[in-house]
Amino acid sequence: MNRARLSALAALLPDKGRLLPPADAGAARLGFGADTVDARLGGGLAAAALHELYPAAAGDATAAAAVALLLAGRNARPGPIIWLRPDRAARQGRPYGLGLAALGLDPARLLLVQAPDMLAVLRAGADAVACGAVATVILEVESKGVDLTATRRLALAAARSGVTTLLLRSGEIAPSAADTRWQVAAAPSRPLPANAPGPPAFALTLLRHRGGLPGFSCLLEWDRDRAAFAAADPRVAPAVAAERAAVPRRPAPRRRAA
Amino acid sequence: MLAAVDARAAALGLAPGLTLADARARVPDLLGFPHDAAADAALLDWLAAGADRYTPMVMVGPQALLLDITGCDHAWGGAPGLIDDMLARLARLGLTALPALAATPDAALALAQHQLGDVADLPVTALPVAEGVHLALRRAGLKSIGAVARQHRPALAARFGADMVMALARLTGDIDVRITPRRDPAPVSAEQRFASPLASSEAALAVIEALAVRAGMELATRALGGRRFGVALFRSDGHVDRLAVETAAPVRDARILIRLLRERIGALADPLDPGFGYDAIRLDVVTTAPLADSQLRLEGGDLAETEVGALVDRLATRLGRGRVRRLVPGNSHIPEQAAFDLPIGAPTSPPFLPKSPVGSPVSGPDEPAERPIRLLDPPEIIDVIAEVPDGPPRRFRWRRDTHDIVRHEGPERIAAEWWRRSDGAGLTRDYYRVEDGEGRRFWLFRHGLYGTEKLTPGWYLHGLFA
Repeated sequence: MNRARLSALAALLPDKGRLLPPADAGAARLGFGADTVDARLGGGLAAAALHELYPAAAGDATAAAAVALLLAGRNARPGPIIWLRPDRAARQGRPYGLGLAALGLDPARLLLVQAPDMLAVLRAGADAVACGAVATVILEVESKGVDLTATRRLALAAARSGVTTLLLRSGEIAPSAADTRWQVAAAPSRPLPANAPGPPAFALTLLRHRGGLPGFSCLLEWDRDRAAFAAADPRVAPAVAAERAAVPRRPAPRRRAA
Repeated sequence: MLAAVDARAAALGLAPGLTLADARARVPDLLGFPHDAAADAALLDWLAAGADRYTPMVMVGPQALLLDITGCDHAWGGAPGLIDDMLARLARLGLTALPALAATPDAALALAQHQLGDVADLPVTALPVAEGVHLALRRAGLKSIGAVARQHRPALAARFGADMVMALARLTGDIDVRITPRRDPAPVSAEQRFASPLASSEAALAVIEALAVRAGMELATRALGGRRFGVALFRSDGHVDRLAVETAAPVRDARILIRLLRERIGALADPLDPGFGYDAIRLDVVTTAPLADSQLRLEGGDLAETEVGALVDRLATRLGRGRVRRLVPGNSHIPEQAAFDLPIGAPTSPPFLPKSPVGSPVSGPDEPAERPIRLLDPPEIIDVIAEVPDGPPRRFRWRRDTHDIVRHEGPERIAAEWWRRSDGAGLTRDYYRVEDGEGRRFWLFRHGLYGTEKLTPGWYLHGLFA
């Protein structure tokens, strides 16, 4: 069935357009800055949408948070970045302004919101996403506390306000209404002279795309001077790391959320 | 010792200050209760909160409440009406009061104590001076304050001391004495009283909104905005419910205020209980700040700023002011003091200098970040294996996981701030940036120089890199 007939059919439905994949070319895109990856995503992530990031293992939480922050830093939309976290996340350490500045992020753009529990995080998150003057909202949550309804609420609010919403989840993969779902792992960096650790590198795997794009894995490193991700040299990373990133710990549920 | 007596006991000749044994000897069936000074003070404070309905100037005195009702009594048709209203309310609570009205707080207290109507009739003992002075005054034939007040002041001062003249002036109103209110009167406030009490919180909110509009107009004429607002809901049984909200930027828009108040009410641990109803509501603008009339820019810049401000205020009101934070740099090279997150609204400081953090060398192009994005505060102790005691780490154990170090850079030596410590001591830290076999990057330090500062320096994990 061609797209014209599909849209004619969709127009008949009370909920117009739900049949069509949400990949409309005109919408704002948030790209990684690495051409190969952005091309596969049709220009990048949808800016006015909800995206999920899962760490590949508990130890990759910092890498996932870094990818979320760097993506937020790349977002061209003016306004603050709001990072919401429950009190329990304090165990992961406090965000360090000098480190963010060293990656090329402006720490003054970041607003931290700490909430006593997951419900309060989601409530505050919903308020933040609904506020059109915000650029990016990052929610650091545990998977258990966030159900399908909560993610759908966030996704709808993001689509309405245009705020890029990044859900940093931890724990088991749960159904959600997110536009994309990524798995993030730290990857070995390009060694500098004297075997010093190089620029931060990440192994990203697209686990699910709402528009139906096939999943893929890529190795990216952060290029501070360009303020963009760049494809990393796969020869640097031993095969183990790529393997770990490519294979999710448990198969993603096949259930189509929403 | 008797601390206080009721009216019947007083009629039997008992007075505070009498020992319990003496009192029992005089009145064998005396009922005695232990004196709870704290409970007395708490009751008095509660009454003082309730007395806020008459005037913002309320002071808790020794066993008394002092109200400055200057210009506040018109709602009751004058001071006697106000006093009647207060006595009726106190009677409903089962309390009796001895009211007194005078030009100065000292005189009012003395009149209440001696149950007299005129300052001139007060005995000389009403003067808070040494006992000998009272006796000397009486010997001189001066038995009442009125008689003393007719004397030539310098002569009185020469004979009885300057303290006595000062005390006299405070009683007669020759000097203007003010009370120190228990809470500062607000620069702007709006108030509404009701003939019959308001029994629902929704209706109360509607009234508060009307008050906010009134206060907003008052603020607008003075080109001010409110930073802190207080709402006092006076319940007809004397209890006062108080709400307070703060905003990051001055506001005078009633809609913003009412939304914040709704958040505040929603976040209350025990919800508002109108009980028998509120019979007066007052909105105080506790702190004001200059706020000029604003004109929205065409491109919407100001609008976006106010929107974020409103969001921050809403979150801060709901979650608490300390929970909405921003990152600020610190003036130190000790890593944990070189950058903080502070509650929003705290004093501002200079912005971060990009790429050249304080206390670390400027990293050139294509050089990786030398500071972590997450800092563990306090640093966590780890087990480290190093080839040589003062060499780089080879393997470490943190939170039950072992990490083999593949790449490392360091040490970056950070000295303690010896110039801030009186003994000039403090351990040097050797920081290493390390990466393990799985690509995770950490910031470790050895606390103390091996051999010179410490025999077996400990290792700590201080941060996590991107």
